[in-house]
Amino acid sequence: MDPSLIGAIASVGGLGLLLGGGLAYASRVFFVKVDPRIEEVDEELPGANCGACGLAGCRQMAVAVVDGKLEATACPVASNDIVAKIAEIMGATVETAEAKVAIVRCQGSPDKCPDRFEYQGFQTCTAEDRVGHGHKACDWGCLGSGDCVAACPFDALVMGADGLPKVLDENCTGCGKCVEACPRDIMDLIPRSADVFIACKNPNKTKAVTAVCEVGCIGCGRCANKKTTPSGQIEMDDTGNLPVFDYSVKDTPLAAVNVCPTNSLVDKKAGQRPKWHIDPTLCNGSGECAKVCPVKKCITETDGGKYVIDPELCISCGLCEPVCPTKAISPVAVTGLRKVG
Amino acid sequence: MDWGNLFVIAVGSILINNFVLMRFLGICPYIGVSKSLSSAIGMGMAVIFVMTIASLVSWIVYVYLLDPATNLWGVDLTFLRTISFILVIASLVQFVEMVIQKTAPALYQALGIFLPLITTNCAVLGVAVLNIDEGYNLLEAVVNGIAAGIGFTLALVLMAGIRERLDLANVPKPLQGVPIAFIMAGMMAIAFLGFSGLSVG
Repeated sequence: MDPSLIGAIASVGGLGLLLGGGLAYASRVFFVKVDPRIEEVDEELPGANCGACGLAGCRQMAVAVVDGKLEATACPVASNDIVAKIAEIMGATVETAEAKVAIVRCQGSPDKCPDRFEYQGFQTCTAEDRVGHGHKACDWGCLGSGDCVAACPFDALVMGADGLPKVLDENCTGCGKCVEACPRDIMDLIPRSADVFIACKNPNKTKAVTAVCEVGCIGCGRCANKKTTPSGQIEMDDTGNLPVFDYSVKDTPLAAVNVCPTNSLVDKKAGQRPKWHIDPTLCNGSGECAKVCPVKKCITETDGGKYVIDPELCISCGLCEPVCPTKAISPVAVTGLRKVG
Repeated sequence: MDWGNLFVIAVGSILINNFVLMRFLGICPYIGVSKSLSSAIGMGMAVIFVMTIASLVSWIVYVYLLDPATNLWGVDLTFLRTISFILVIASLVQFVEMVIQKTAPALYQALGIFLPLITTNCAVLGVAVLNIDEGYNLLEAVVNGIAAGIGFTLALVLMAGIRERLDLANVPKPLQGVPIAFIMAGMMAIAFLGFSGLSVG
């Protein structure tokens, strides 16, 4: 037989045996114990590697969770089910955090908040923000170049025709990438259950705001009034020029939305809420509903001693429904759009 | 020891015959890992490391197993060069990966994810083959391996720096991403052509 054939088989075969055996041996000697729970947690995590937990990716988060450095709730994308499963793997019970959703805290489209100067250059908000505090008249206004849209890994942000980004709630996972991307801190996260938020960041006083924007918060404080929002969800901040929402208080302060003179408060479900109606056959004329109604002349007494709700004035807040002793108040289908914040 | 000769080999591999820009080896990681400077540096360090070890081991394997003039049985096995180099380099990198995972977890964090990427990279195989073709001795082969790695890192880091700036530039839509990276790579290769006029020593 050809000696080179034997040599070839011997040397490559020998090399393979040697290296294979060496590797097998090395994998025992240099075996690194990895906690099997890391693998399990990693499988449960969404796997988007978005980095919203503050670490490089889901794998790193899994390691941190197993090490006890992070709670499973640190992942804003994971649903409560996933968090519960991870907690089960870790043998602990974790209080589930409420899912969050992104909001745009500016309504200053170009027709409401004009430009101070014409900007030419890189079409990114970050670049625009660095040139003389941005081209918007308002130093806190949305620049409209969509850094947030570009940053969103879940297609949950689109640029609207009015030059402001729109959040698609059904796609938004609350990862907070857009909050990081926005150079003006206009993007914010609120609990998914909350419908009302303040869509303005301008902390200036009345005149300085109205000079630059039609829909800017002038800090009148009417929304934070105890009569308007008895739950105390809204309070004015330290400067007294912007309301702050405490979302740990569960409330939908529609009366506050209604009272805002500049439409700076936004109700996400505006126009979809039912109007309320009093069934005259059930009304006993106690007038409890009229006492709680936050809108003047909305609920009035008729000549017959009964009460009626004016559908034009009703803001759908629903405060009257639980106080009615005869359960005469019920919602009716949406008939038309009220003002949209 | 001939320091001058080693210097010529090193400058030759880093600049004049740069692996990426003149020999067009290792283009895949060059485009793939050049998106950010930090990962480019990590990848570059891993390549320097692997190329050095690959040069050393492949030289030993070639001389003592394959070359009829020097091996133990005097049979010409040089036709087995490619397969045995791949075999040796791949298993060696696997072995080194295990060792640093066990002994130096911090180094593993920095290099670990890049190591499996380059076990069978053409630039690594290329340096091993070139060492033999050029007829280097062991020391020259190792120096050539280090220098080739440095040359790769240089090209990769320069590219990453350019691409980080390109992210902010207003690139026409059809050229965004990889197309503009290819154009940049071509321009860098042209720029490196300038070094071929360099005469050392």
